[in-house]
Amino acid sequence: MKPAPFDYDDPRSVDEAIGLLARYGDECKVLAGGQSLVPLMNFRLARPGRLVDINGIESLGQVKVENGRLLLGAMVRHAQVERSNDIAARWPLLHDAIVWVGHSQIRNRGTVGGSVAHADPAAELPCALAALDAKFHVLSRRGPRVLRWDQIFVSEFTTSLAPDELLTAIEVPPQDPSTGVAFVEFARRHGDFALGGAAVSITLARNGTCSDVAVALLSAGPRPVRAEEAERRLKGGQVDEAAIKQASAAAVQGLHPTSDLHGSREYRVKLLQVMTERALTKAVHLATRRAA
Amino acid sequence: MRKIAVQINGRVVEGEVEPRLLLGDFIRDNAGLTGTHFGCEHGVCGACTVQLDGEPVRSCLMFAVQAHGRRIATVEGMAPSATELHPLQQAFHESHALQCGFCTPGILMTMEAFLRAEPDPSPERIRAALAGNLCRCTGYQNIVTGVRLAADRMK
Ligand SMILES: Cc1cc2nc3c(=O)[nH]c(=O)nc-3n(C[C@H](O)[C@H](O)[C@H](O)COP(=O)(O)OP(=O)(O)OC[C@H]3O[C@@H](n4cnc5c(N)ncnc54)[C@H](O)[C@@H]3O)c2cc1C
Ligand code: FES
Ligand code: FES
Repeated sequence: MKPAPFDYDDPRSVDEAIGLLARYGDECKVLAGGQSLVPLMNFRLARPGRLVDINGIESLGQVKVENGRLLLGAMVRHAQVERSNDIAARWPLLHDAIVWVGHSQIRNRGTVGGSVAHADPAAELPCALAALDAKFHVLSRRGPRVLRWDQIFVSEFTTSLAPDELLTAIEVPPQDPSTGVAFVEFARRHGDFALGGAAVSITLARNGTCSDVAVALLSAGPRPVRAEEAERRLKGGQVDEAAIKQASAAAVQGLHPTSDLHGSREYRVKLLQVMTERALTKAVHLATRRAA
Repeated sequence: MRKIAVQINGRVVEGEVEPRLLLGDFIRDNAGLTGTHFGCEHGVCGACTVQLDGEPVRSCLMFAVQAHGRRIATVEGMAPSATELHPLQQAFHESHALQCGFCTPGILMTMEAFLRAEPDPSPERIRAALAGNLCRCTGYQNIVTGVRLAADRMK
């Protein structure tokens, strides 16, 4: 047996789950899809004394649309998002991002809530959710909280969730149907964690100028990065090749991705610039077609 | 310890297990089905892939207690009889899609579900579907050939 011994609870309701978290706090960990937590336990890098398995809580596995907003329960599996035609049509950036997550076997178990709570800077979903200005619903015995992406993601593998808090749902605002989106990344093999990537969502006005844009970068720092300077430069102007080149150069100004054996800092910065350029080009192409 | 009952290849296997027992270990040790292999034990190699209610999952990343009341399929359940192979197994045999065979059960479990979802895949789609399974022997070429041959025969 690989993991160290632990006590195990499988509550059937959110109320029961937050009760257990309030009682055991630091001692315990939430078990969602297990695709990040169980590898750590098998290596004994994580040795939680107790697991609160939330797989049996049906309400957390639901996909809902309320007032045009998408509500993804924390236990919605990556594969559920991937297969949803409604999400592909109305929130295409989510669909485009999720197909990059690991392999089919991983996406069959992995959950959207787990991807957020794990907060890997190379994870596609947090990056896409940053571009989409998603909100995160959190609950504990102390009450509910609703967090923005820049409030929940703190640093590498670190969120602002307290040990007694459960992430219950992710809320994504409605997308303008004329918005063009693109998610691009580079990894040595599909399914590996990306060395760099970019998520873009852009809306063009009738006259072709940019009325709204979001650019988020993957593996660019300790948490998802919004390229605010690039967004500022694009807003209100014509988005031609030169503007895309300028914005992509601005997007990587001041970035400090960590050097490691997979790529130096210089290489990663250059890669992020190229990824931004490609994502912008693709998204603008789609937005132009939709606006026409 | 927890009492669990898991349906594996149509047979209910009961056990009293520690929560930390991995599903793959339950399948190998408690059910005695050693076709499911452990390679990396952290989700990367795919050798331990089984089907949970028809969907391929890593049996090294699930605890046996989580499979209580669920339906598991392993490579041992594929062949229709003791003398006959599943069309996918037969095609692998004929195409030389395995050498040592360590990776094969996980690949068969993945590809069986893949062909159910995509009965007429292109070689590119087959390659993409294989991305989560490592093979150190074949170089993958013959696996792609084998899956395509099976697809033709299963039409
Ligand atoms: C081979 C392999 C390749 C992978 N490749 C990628 C990849 O390319 N891109 C990528 O993004 N991911 C990848 N992953 C990780 C995968 O996406 C995980 O599913 C995800 O990171 C975690 O989700 P989970 O549901 O499995 O969470 P778990 O592993 O169950 O949990 C992860 C962490 O989040 C906490 N947690 C989970 N849910 C909640 C909640 N609702 N409230 C509070 N805390 C919670 C847990 O306590 C734990 O600390 C890969 C994994 C493997 C094994
Ligand atoms: S043993 Fe499970 S993926 Fe390698
Ligand atoms: S046949 Fe030996 S690992 Fe694939």
